[in-house]
Amino acid sequence: MAGVSRPSSFTPRVSDLSRKSITRNLARKQMQSRMREYGERAIRLISVPFLCFVATCAAPIAWADGPQSSPSIFAPASTPASSIQDLSWFVLAITGGIFVTVGGLLAWAIVRYRARKTDDDSEPAQIYGSTQVELAWTVIPILIVVVLFLTTARIIFAIQDAPKPQVALDVTVVGHQFWWEFRYPKLGIVTANELHVPVSSALEPRPTFLHLLSADVDHSFWVPQLAGKTDLIPNHPNDMWIDPRHTGLYVGQCAQFCGVEHAKMLLRVYVDTPEEFDAWVKQQRQRGTQDSSVAAGRHIFETQACTNCHTIAGTAAMGTFGPDLTHLESRATIASGAAPNTPGNLHAWIQDPDHFKPGALMPAMQLSDEQISELVAYLTTLH
Amino acid sequence: MADQTLPIAGSLEVTPQRHSPALLPEWLHGWVVTVDHKRLGILYVVYSIFFLLVAGAEALAIRIQLAWPNNHFLSPELYNEMFTMHGTTMVFLVGMPILFGFANYLVPLMIGARDMAFPRLNAFSFWMTAFGGLLLYYSFIGGFGLYGMGAAPDVGWWAYAPLTAKAFSPGHATDYWALALIVSGFGTLGTAINVIATTLSMRCRGMSLLRMPLFVWLMLVVSGLTLVTITPLTAAQIMLTIDRYLGGHFFDTQAGGSAVVWMHFFWIFGHPEVYVLVMPVFGIASEIIPVFSRKAIFGYPAMVAASVAIAFVSLGVWAHHMFTVGMTSVGNAFFVLSTMLVGIPTGIKIFNWVATIWGGKIRFATPMLFCLAFLFQFLIAGLTGIMLSVAPWNWQLHNSYFVIAHFHYVLVGAIVFNIFAAIYYWYPKVTGRMLSETLGKWHFWLFLIGFHVTFDTMHFVGFMGMPRSIYTYEPDRGWNHLNFIISIGGMIQGIAVLLFAWNLVQSYFRGKKAGNDPWDAWTLEWSTPSPPPAYNFATDPVVHSRRPLWDLKHPEDPDWKYEA
Amino acid sequence: MSAIPVSPVAEPWRLPSRGRVAMLALIAGESAIFTIFVVAYVFYIGKSLTGPTPLEVLAIPWFNTICLLSSSVTILLAERQIERGKMRGFTMWWALTIALGTIFIGDTAVEWHKLIYIDGLTIRTNLFGTTFYSLVGLHATHVVVGLIGLSLILIFTLTGHVKEQHSERIQVFALYWHFVDAVWVVVFTVVYIVGR
Repeated sequence: MAGVSRPSSFTPRVSDLSRKSITRNLARKQMQSRMREYGERAIRLISVPFLCFVATCAAPIAWADGPQSSPSIFAPASTPASSIQDLSWFVLAITGGIFVTVGGLLAWAIVRYRARKTDDDSEPAQIYGSTQVELAWTVIPILIVVVLFLTTARIIFAIQDAPKPQVALDVTVVGHQFWWEFRYPKLGIVTANELHVPVSSALEPRPTFLHLLSADVDHSFWVPQLAGKTDLIPNHPNDMWIDPRHTGLYVGQCAQFCGVEHAKMLLRVYVDTPEEFDAWVKQQRQRGTQDSSVAAGRHIFETQACTNCHTIAGTAAMGTFGPDLTHLESRATIASGAAPNTPGNLHAWIQDPDHFKPGALMPAMQLSDEQISELVAYLTTLH
Repeated sequence: MADQTLPIAGSLEVTPQRHSPALLPEWLHGWVVTVDHKRLGILYVVYSIFFLLVAGAEALAIRIQLAWPNNHFLSPELYNEMFTMHGTTMVFLVGMPILFGFANYLVPLMIGARDMAFPRLNAFSFWMTAFGGLLLYYSFIGGFGLYGMGAAPDVGWWAYAPLTAKAFSPGHATDYWALALIVSGFGTLGTAINVIATTLSMRCRGMSLLRMPLFVWLMLVVSGLTLVTITPLTAAQIMLTIDRYLGGHFFDTQAGGSAVVWMHFFWIFGHPEVYVLVMPVFGIASEIIPVFSRKAIFGYPAMVAASVAIAFVSLGVWAHHMFTVGMTSVGNAFFVLSTMLVGIPTGIKIFNWVATIWGGKIRFATPMLFCLAFLFQFLIAGLTGIMLSVAPWNWQLHNSYFVIAHFHYVLVGAIVFNIFAAIYYWYPKVTGRMLSETLGKWHFWLFLIGFHVTFDTMHFVGFMGMPRSIYTYEPDRGWNHLNFIISIGGMIQGIAVLLFAWNLVQSYFRGKKAGNDPWDAWTLEWSTPSPPPAYNFATDPVVHSRRPLWDLKHPEDPDWKYEA
Repeated sequence: MSAIPVSPVAEPWRLPSRGRVAMLALIAGESAIFTIFVVAYVFYIGKSLTGPTPLEVLAIPWFNTICLLSSSVTILLAERQIERGKMRGFTMWWALTIALGTIFIGDTAVEWHKLIYIDGLTIRTNLFGTTFYSLVGLHATHVVVGLIGLSLILIFTLTGHVKEQHSERIQVFALYWHFVDAVWVVVFTVVYIVGR
């Protein structure tokens, strides 16, 4: 039925082949001339709303380098995030072009071929199809797919199969229900929720390679300005890498639904200058402080159930179910970013974890106000 | 075929009329025991619209909670239940039943059959689906279990292991989820088998495969796809149930089981499922757009071929939901390519619809408005789909609000819009009365505005790093205003849907009488009275082309002269 | 009612049997279920953290397999008989099919009894137990369903309700039984040959 068309349903006709091909050619020529006539107008018609659309897209997105409080994927500060951004502009350009073309044709057809009051009752010409046209709009998308695929594949291999340099810092990230554990196996450091990495530059590359594990359910490590996300899956170790180019605090959070408090499993990545990083490492490698003025609080910590879940190096507390508290005071937040680390918040958190994070796995310990105050006094000495 | 004329539809005087029962119990009994494909179709659609309102209310609860940071409208537990139930309900209790409901009602009418191939299996399938839905919602009452924990399922509609294990999801909520989907899955399987048998074996004389209306074709393809996609889900749910009840280890990561295997099994179902939902609406659009453009569908064989191609390719793209779980780079590249390939037949479909409009005389009745909006929205949904198929970009966009925006563009922008179009289009056939065009236009424009306010905005909040499934967010992330706008859009859509529901009710009593063929359409169902009598056609119709009613209305210029 | 001219070509109108179409569709769906279970079995081969291993406890059920596969032949013979209207022959071959299927199920029961009570392998022992009982159990369930269907038909035959004109339906049902046998070939290969 290729190329069969007819000019009008009421035109008397001889149904022989030559007649059919004549009408087909006529219809095609008509279509072509109409295309020229209206094409320009249609593009103008559609480009205005499209530009507005793009402007709206761009408005909320911050472009500047360095860390943002809004973790936009269009403000990359690390190689994986940058190459993804470059790729995404390319893809946006192609898809935007397709949208303008097809959407424009569609909008134009709707306006041009609307039924008008002046029309008679006759039906329009019935066109059943055209093999040439079908072929054209099959081949063009195939070419586009080839281009998109090759570009994409290049970036996949560039990011995923990047070789690990000798100078790379190794960090093992363990996802727990609603908090992050960070282990630096070569440095002997264990910390939680706030990752410290050194800044990296073209001259002095110092990438950080993350080895991702999970202690319970699936999680996902996502700091949009640094890299795409990678999941932390029990029994299925993963790896990813970042090389932040600017110092500062980068925020992100768990991106794979992991249970009640998935929303408050926040991530903070501090990118330090080499000197700051070395100082931080030195400080983290010290054992827990032993301040005799807070012995009462320490006693409570060691005799209550706290030790079942938490570790404080240098004490009997060796639990691993909750965050390591050896250097609690070196962290800016508690409860995986749910609240700033202040004595008041610590007090409220110990009294009733549900206050900040309903459904967090830390139980309310049923301590008296006085006991909690002593405990908080002890905890605030853990620098 | 000695005589030169044949009847196309049943004449009324020999058609058995349904007697109207006098009493409510008798009336109810009639609906419960019915095996008539039209009544079952109506049951499906009414059932789905009910759950559409329920799931819509859940969506609004979600949006109220997210309108401000640190809002306390819903507790975290309840929020997680809401989005799990919203997703599960929309896919399994709204999307699939309503589309299979349309198929139930329309396929026999469109192919000139008097009922489905297996009317009793048909009734069985509906009631299985219905009980599945009731079972799912009973979890609000029964989900507490011995632990007194949980109520409705709260593990997400994708229910990734091992969060679904007994250790992390005590109580019975997850069991209700799994069992409800197994039960309704059997119902869906039955309907799929029935649709296939009906289309292949019940067509009237002259209705060759390449003369079937595209809606029938699409339902045939979808039913075939359902056979091989719902069943893997059922298999996975059986495994999950074995894990939870019998202590099995399929997805028990402590005993060597794999969480990734669940993801594969789920998405082997889950991605083709998107096509199971979207392809029937391709069929709906392919029926409505020609009628309101007053032109035959452009490139019918290409449309059929593209549908079959989409079905096949869709079976090989599932792991594009898993670019972030750590597949090899070659594995990632493979799924990038297969996913992009789906774009080609899908593109062909869009081009053919545009070409159908091209040169027509477009009438902007409500069904056509919804279809035209669908074309734009589906174009955007397809393009954002291409963006998501770019694996590295997907590492950023996956599980962000961009993904939410993308799939709502498909599920609402394409599917729900076309479901509304279909209801405006076929309501006159089903009830004998037209839906109010005034209310219809209000419904359309409000819903269109609400839709774009909500889902266009979601793309950007996704770019800004907001992940999905979070019950609240930090106030300093720059997401506050956008979330508020999204919530406003949600409310507008809610109002529009209420208008629609009101339209359905009031037009049933006060709508304009429709007559047999209010849209001047061309497929067989419009040759029957509205509503069609029991057994549809008094004598079996005979057709000679894809548009039998065109032939009837234009005897001097029938279609069959031009169809190869 | 209006009438339209008949198109020049008047083709004879033949459609496939709805029963056959539906059964083939059901088989397609069932195949997908089995595929998932087979994939799970293959994926988890050798991944159990504790014993017992398949090699320690599984014996290859040759007798079983021969019984089930020959039941496909006997049911085929039964189909031929009813097509020719020979109800006695049909009844005999049909009953033999049931007998062979029952032997298969009985033998599986003996195997499971040994595994559970002597080898201590249950569905919760390890991944092998979980996948083994699920896959073999899923197949056995299908055999049981098939046996119930076969027995019902036998009862109806004996009471004289099944006649020559039902041969088409009998063939449709037999398709299911052939499918169950074919699945066993896959299960047998995966569990007892590849996985051991």
